[in-house]
Amino acid sequence: MFDRVPPERTMIEIRDVTRSYGAFKALDDASLAIREGEFFSLLGPSGCGKTTLLRMIAGFDQPTSGSIAIDGQPMDGIPANRRPTNMVFQSYAIFPHLNVEQNVAYGLKRLRLDAGEEKRRVEEALEQVSLTGLGRRGATELSGGQRQRVALARALVMRPKVLLLDEPLSALDKKLREQMQIELRRLQQAVGITFILVTHDQYEALAMSDRIAVMFNGRIAQVASPKDIYQRPVTRQVADFLGGMNFVAAEIVEESGATLTVDTLGFGRVKAEKPPAFLRKGTSATLGIRPERLRVLWDEERFDFEVAGTVVERHYFGEVTHLIVDIPGLEKPLSVIETNDFGADDIPVGAAIRLAYDPEALVALAD
Amino acid sequence: MIRLRRLLPGGSWLSAYAFLYVVFLYLPVMFLPIFSVNTAATPKFPLNGFTWKWYEGLLRTPELVEAAWNSLIVGVSAAILSTIFGILAARAITRYRFPGRRPINGLIMAPLVLPEIIIAISLLLVVLRLGIGLSLFTVMLGHVLICIPYSMTVLTSGFEGFDRSLEEASADLGESAFGTFRRVTLPMVMPAIISSLLVSFTISLDEFMIAFFLSGTEATLPIYIWGQLRFAAKLPGVLALGTLLLVASFVLMAIAEMLRRRAASRTHNEGGLYV
Repeated sequence: MFDRVPPERTMIEIRDVTRSYGAFKALDDASLAIREGEFFSLLGPSGCGKTTLLRMIAGFDQPTSGSIAIDGQPMDGIPANRRPTNMVFQSYAIFPHLNVEQNVAYGLKRLRLDAGEEKRRVEEALEQVSLTGLGRRGATELSGGQRQRVALARALVMRPKVLLLDEPLSALDKKLREQMQIELRRLQQAVGITFILVTHDQYEALAMSDRIAVMFNGRIAQVASPKDIYQRPVTRQVADFLGGMNFVAAEIVEESGATLTVDTLGFGRVKAEKPPAFLRKGTSATLGIRPERLRVLWDEERFDFEVAGTVVERHYFGEVTHLIVDIPGLEKPLSVIETNDFGADDIPVGAAIRLAYDPEALVALAD
Repeated sequence: MIRLRRLLPGGSWLSAYAFLYVVFLYLPVMFLPIFSVNTAATPKFPLNGFTWKWYEGLLRTPELVEAAWNSLIVGVSAAILSTIFGILAARAITRYRFPGRRPINGLIMAPLVLPEIIIAISLLLVVLRLGIGLSLFTVMLGHVLICIPYSMTVLTSGFEGFDRSLEEASADLGESAFGTFRRVTLPMVMPAIISSLLVSFTISLDEFMIAFFLSGTEATLPIYIWGQLRFAAKLPGVLALGTLLLVASFVLMAIAEMLRRRAASRTHNEGGLYV
């Protein structure tokens, strides 16, 4: 409800793009529309094709087949230096022989602005990334976080239609990374430019993006908002990549519209929402439920939907406790994340407990 | 000796060996400057007295000044040409993967190990057959050939490890391929380029064999020295000249090596990895 609704104009249109290296397909028939002003993330493990796709948008690589259009202009054969995109490189690629100011002004030199205008834009860009006053600093005298900001300013100063970010936070330590996530998101909303972020960090993608494309083996598995990606993953792979997920084998009893009725051994008969990409193969399916969507029931507390089992492991994480609960009939024990407000950290291993679940939290997954 | 013994773990034999090694390498060379400031016209001990007169005599010898001038022309042109070829080759070899990359690299480096007299004779044959008159120009061409391997070595270490994303970043910011080369690649390998110029110049300055075969009537410095050796009276002058060449070569090479190291350390972009 409070989500910012991005404008609906398409900024980048990727149509049936394949990139092959001999028999290997780094990207396999990918199609995607990225909206203007959107913070869009390409998320996936290394080698999934996300960087290949980003580099093709930037113009460093060409599709083997298919086409890419930016702001309605087809990009076929247009080299990187004539595209309305700018990139923040993973290594930042700060020119070591130039100072901060000269790095930021690098691309402006070709626009032949008058000196005052150029200086003004450099100052403005440095201010946007909170580097005011460091213009004369040499490129080699900067910390990792500062180098990242210079790379950002150097790209933003060009006022691109699309800003491409190739794992920009991966070299920073955890604390700085979390701080930069917030700053990047804030910056994107301030400048309103379309940002495309490549990352293998699911939390980074969830925290920053308007929408996420999850990729595996050169294919786009799902494109959705962070909340939908997390709560309604369409495949087992997507569900697994975005944090913990309990998988439960199920038999399909009835399929009607967007709803599946299934029988499970642990959860009994339940109705689950059918994902868009769901393809029925025989009568078996997999259900998924996130560990934090299972709740421990205390004493005489009753709930309409519950399963009973035995605690086999307990792991304490400070604010939460991670319980591994064996449920009769289930192939694998369920993992449960419970807050410690009610004493979940005191549940002994071997205790018999009951777990409550919301049937809406159960999702049917394609394999 | 005491110091060597402390530095070398192999005991006194190893230190003695190391000491003799260094003496053997540098003692003969040290006689040159020593005798060049001796008042006696024959190089022998004991020394008579100190004088700069042999050095002063050098400037009053027109043939010598001319030979020095010739060497300078040949050296500078050979250095520039071999560095340009070196840049192109080093860039291709470090940057692109193409069939025959290794053999080509090997062939470019080959003049380093070929006997110079063989190179000189074959060049002479080719030059005569082509009907090109022997001149400083032919010497310069020969020098380019033997300088390229040195240029390549220096430049390759400058280009190697050059973070490719720097050039991509430049293209990404709107710069053309040539503009990227001019604004990013060249400035970054500039120390290596200067180093290559100095090394090639030094090689050309000291080179005798090729100059001897290909020079015709115009002498370079080493040829001039060779000519003077026939006259015993001219020996002190030759020693003085030799000392100057020695010092010049040493200084140029030291600067070149310093620059090469700086270039090599500069082209490695540590990216965000150092905080």
